[in-house]
Amino acid sequence: MAECHPVAFRWAMQAKLKGAKIIHVDPRFTRTSAVADLYAPVRAGSDIAFLGGLIRYVIENNKYFRDYVVNYTNASTIINDDYKDSEDLDGVFSGLLAYNGDPMNGFKAQYDNKTWQYKRAPIGDQGRSAATAQSGEQSTQSGQQTQSGAQTQAVPKGPPFDELVRSLRQGAPERDETLENPRCVFQIVRRHFARYTPEMVERVTGCPRDVFLKVAETLTANSGPERTSTFCYAVAWTQHTYGVQMIGAAALLQLLLGNMGRPGGGILALRGHATIQGSTDVPTLYHSIHGYMPAPTALKSHDTLQDYLKTETLPTSYWANTPKFLVSYLKSMYGDAATKDNDFGYDWHPKIDGDYSHMAMMIRMGDGKVKGMFAMGQNPATSINGRLQRKALGQLDWLVVKDNFETETAAFWYSAPEVKSGEIPSASIKTEVFLFPSAQIAEMDGSFTNTQRWIQWHEKAADPPGDCRSDPWFTHQLALRLKKLYADSTAPRDQGFKNLLWNFDYEAGQYPTDTRIQGEPDVEKIVREIHGYISQSKELLNGFADLKDDGSTTCASWIYSGLMTKDGKNKARNRQPDPDNKPGSHLNWAYSWPANRRIFYNRASARPDGQPWSERKKWVWWDGAKWTGYDVPDFAATKAPNAPQNYDATGLDALAGTDPFIMKADGRAWLFTPTGLVDGPLPTHYEPIETPIQNPLYKQQNNPIVKYWERDNNKIAKQGDPAYPIIITTYRLTEHHLSGVMSRWLPWLAELQPELFIEMSPELAQEKGIQNLDFVKVTSPRGAIRAKALVTRRLRPFVIDGKTVHHIGMPWHWGYQGVVTGDVTNDLTAMVADPNVSMHEGKSFMCNVEKA
Amino acid sequence: MAEAMGFFTDTTVCIGCKACEVACKEWNQLPSWNGGANTLSGNSYDNTRRLDGMHWRHVQFIEQFSPDRTQQARWLLMSDVCKHCVRAGCLEVCPTGAIIRTEFDTVVIQSDVCNGCRYCIGACPFGVIEINPVSHTAQKCTLCYDRLQVGLTPACAKACPTASIQFGPVRELQQRAQARVQQLQSQGVKDAYLYGTPGDGHTEELGSLNAFFLLIDRPEVYGLPAKPKMPSRNLFSGSAFSIVGALVIGLLGVFNFRQRRMAQTGDGHS
Repeated sequence: MAECHPVAFRWAMQAKLKGAKIIHVDPRFTRTSAVADLYAPVRAGSDIAFLGGLIRYVIENNKYFRDYVVNYTNASTIINDDYKDSEDLDGVFSGLLAYNGDPMNGFKAQYDNKTWQYKRAPIGDQGRSAATAQSGEQSTQSGQQTQSGAQTQAVPKGPPFDELVRSLRQGAPERDETLENPRCVFQIVRRHFARYTPEMVERVTGCPRDVFLKVAETLTANSGPERTSTFCYAVAWTQHTYGVQMIGAAALLQLLLGNMGRPGGGILALRGHATIQGSTDVPTLYHSIHGYMPAPTALKSHDTLQDYLKTETLPTSYWANTPKFLVSYLKSMYGDAATKDNDFGYDWHPKIDGDYSHMAMMIRMGDGKVKGMFAMGQNPATSINGRLQRKALGQLDWLVVKDNFETETAAFWYSAPEVKSGEIPSASIKTEVFLFPSAQIAEMDGSFTNTQRWIQWHEKAADPPGDCRSDPWFTHQLALRLKKLYADSTAPRDQGFKNLLWNFDYEAGQYPTDTRIQGEPDVEKIVREIHGYISQSKELLNGFADLKDDGSTTCASWIYSGLMTKDGKNKARNRQPDPDNKPGSHLNWAYSWPANRRIFYNRASARPDGQPWSERKKWVWWDGAKWTGYDVPDFAATKAPNAPQNYDATGLDALAGTDPFIMKADGRAWLFTPTGLVDGPLPTHYEPIETPIQNPLYKQQNNPIVKYWERDNNKIAKQGDPAYPIIITTYRLTEHHLSGVMSRWLPWLAELQPELFIEMSPELAQEKGIQNLDFVKVTSPRGAIRAKALVTRRLRPFVIDGKTVHHIGMPWHWGYQGVVTGDVTNDLTAMVADPNVSMHEGKSFMCNVEKA
Repeated sequence: MAEAMGFFTDTTVCIGCKACEVACKEWNQLPSWNGGANTLSGNSYDNTRRLDGMHWRHVQFIEQFSPDRTQQARWLLMSDVCKHCVRAGCLEVCPTGAIIRTEFDTVVIQSDVCNGCRYCIGACPFGVIEINPVSHTAQKCTLCYDRLQVGLTPACAKACPTASIQFGPVRELQQRAQARVQQLQSQGVKDAYLYGTPGDGHTEELGSLNAFFLLIDRPEVYGLPAKPKMPSRNLFSGSAFSIVGALVIGLLGVFNFRQRRMAQTGDGHS
């Protein structure tokens, strides 16, 4: 965290000054380890074994927060009799099937999650369909469609959609609040993690047993009614073929400890500095539309608006409002053209038909199936399996790069290593490359959404130089030109684009006069579109509670609704901190979605009876008539703690006064995940795709449904391959940002870390005859690069499953453009991916090193 | 004179991010190595290497690991800077009056008065000063004299994310630092101490430092002298050497003449 997020680490250090303990778990001793109270070394990719060990420790030593676990999680819920755990099937779960979909989607296999469901009154589903995790690329469908079809067919076509939502209702799940039923989640979890003993943790992770136990003791001593602990991770934690399950394991542990929905708790994903949170909220993701609604897809039952709503709406929980969110979104897409009679233009909306995430897209491109690409603020030429990606760029007809400098991607056709070496002659690359210089962040108005969901406005400070233009200018001008091009088309496929509402020009006379740039859109109008208004009068909404499913409201992103006041004030501009950090929720600093809440699910910060767990950790409570506290309560405002659950009702009315997790169909946090994840209901340790050892925990070696795109230039080393005996992890340094486009061009930053290096232990250096600063050749099945050796005891060999394995590390900030240059570390990495989110495994793979 | 202002650098919360180095260079418009195309030093993450005329902040990275990494495993991080000594050697030796003590009790080299004679470079017990290759004058941290004059915090302290570099009235900083040492000691960091405060057992000869440090290892580990000395301290020993030297040369001369005389006399005998 200190390495990648030094500014956010300010708060960790302030907590430390007040007595908080910092534990750092990492293969390398980093700048975070330097200031941590406790450093636990683990082999890259062994995190689930480590977390699983902690889960077992917490359960077997009765260190879990029982009142929290029984009341607020699904620990007591009984699971289907047919469910078989990885304990029964040696590392896989019941429902494993061959994958018979499009190979472009990369899946090795798939699960049918029917057996993972709650046991309940005859009809059964309690989660969103698998769509939240992926986009229907698997042929099996979870959830809703299993229930009585006849009943739903009688439902009148909406709006209103209330009847449709009612038709989806379920029976209540069976529970055993003693947690003793062998089929209850708690007992399944206990059995699942029984083999993750401290001895096994040491064997799999290489972390000494006593260090692991010290972590366990420190963590449990700092959790409970009086204390909370938080987990922070930089996005590297996701970069594994089971990355989602790693974070799932952390969530499971935090729930057992009662550290969710409470101040000082949670799991903090330290997402990128460049509003990565914002780019998934108002998404640039292929598989979701605004506000985490799944993108309409040709692979699921999404043919009509009604089909989509039937598939994606949860009858209970706040997601019962999905019809309101979706219809208001469609109104923001198509404006007046979206009417009740044409299903609000649903049929115009594009549908996806496969995996269009980055790696799958580049594989397609390499296969010659993609004609053009916009690379705006991204640098695929230095991304995962860089050689493959550069080769793919060469298959394009055209490439638009919009960036601050001439990036590796913009220059790949004459400057890439394989072009310079003559392997691929520049003349053979037909791609037409357009480089558009970009304005910097201080040269445009806009917002950042940080990792705590705070939307913070930034003002333009100066005009950009020369031809540099802002991102809104570029997108706006492109849209206006495309609209003109399509204006006369009568093709049915173009009607959606023709009807697309694009009304972001400044009103006459309103264009700013203090700029020489012309053609900027009015970004405040974009904010209005996101926040929402009454369709007819254009009057701004109060927030998402005002949304309707009949087209009378327009709102692009329901989760951001509330960002403006009724009179048009943009709350992202708020800059009023709490004096002396009291109470510390800082409700008048920026705006936090949803509804300005600072802590999600904060009903869990109070006991079931509505009173705080402790004075020290007081946050939100019941005052006898309503929920109140330091934060905006994340709960039905006047629902009493003793309100019973009522599965005859829909939406929040179905949930009890003690069900804090209001976005979940059962109002409970899930230790066991019946739907939503495609690779299993519980985290299970698998080995990385490239690894020196056999999985010591199960017969199943890897994630059984991992994504892998087999190509000649994307080869994988077999387990224990003697040609690649060394574990490598890749990472960022404080001094640089991502592929270095924003830092290697700036002399003051470039000089701080001027050259690519490989960090290795003195033990490995001695074995290989390598001295500090020697040039080293690093090879993987994908490529070979050169770097200078930095020999340091901050790296160490690990003893894994009884044998000593060397472990090296390399930053990945370098490329062939800029003030300082170096080889592309990602030329070594492979295109394999987590099956839930198509994230790569650049954090753990195999290589060899030799003196160059 | 206004109140003495200075830095308290608490090395135990430094995360080695080098924001101080960059903020300093940006505010003071200092050049970079070879236009940024520096080389890897091979010394941990320290590619800045030293304090000099173009590096007024320098983050040190000191790796202390026993071979098994269990006996000892620590990475000391410390942002070094000019100490703004209460009795400053550089100021004492400057022949042109370029080095002044400001109203904030800080020590500043006036670039337009400096003639580049380099005396101050040798006189500084901490090796802080060097010739800036662009200005060709001796340069070092000014404690952002220009910012102080308009009531701003120095750039490095402003940029430091973890409050490792704290700026303020020296007296207040000293109290805060004492409290921090006590806190650390009560938490079991028995080696925590201040370097550069009155009575620290190290810097008495300089009358303590307006930029002082909280350290957890011997000063030498951080490249700091255990007993920094004033250049004038060498006056007596220096002159003694001269006197002894002169005597020795004189005696040698006398001896030599005597030898020659004896040789000549000897010749006479033969």
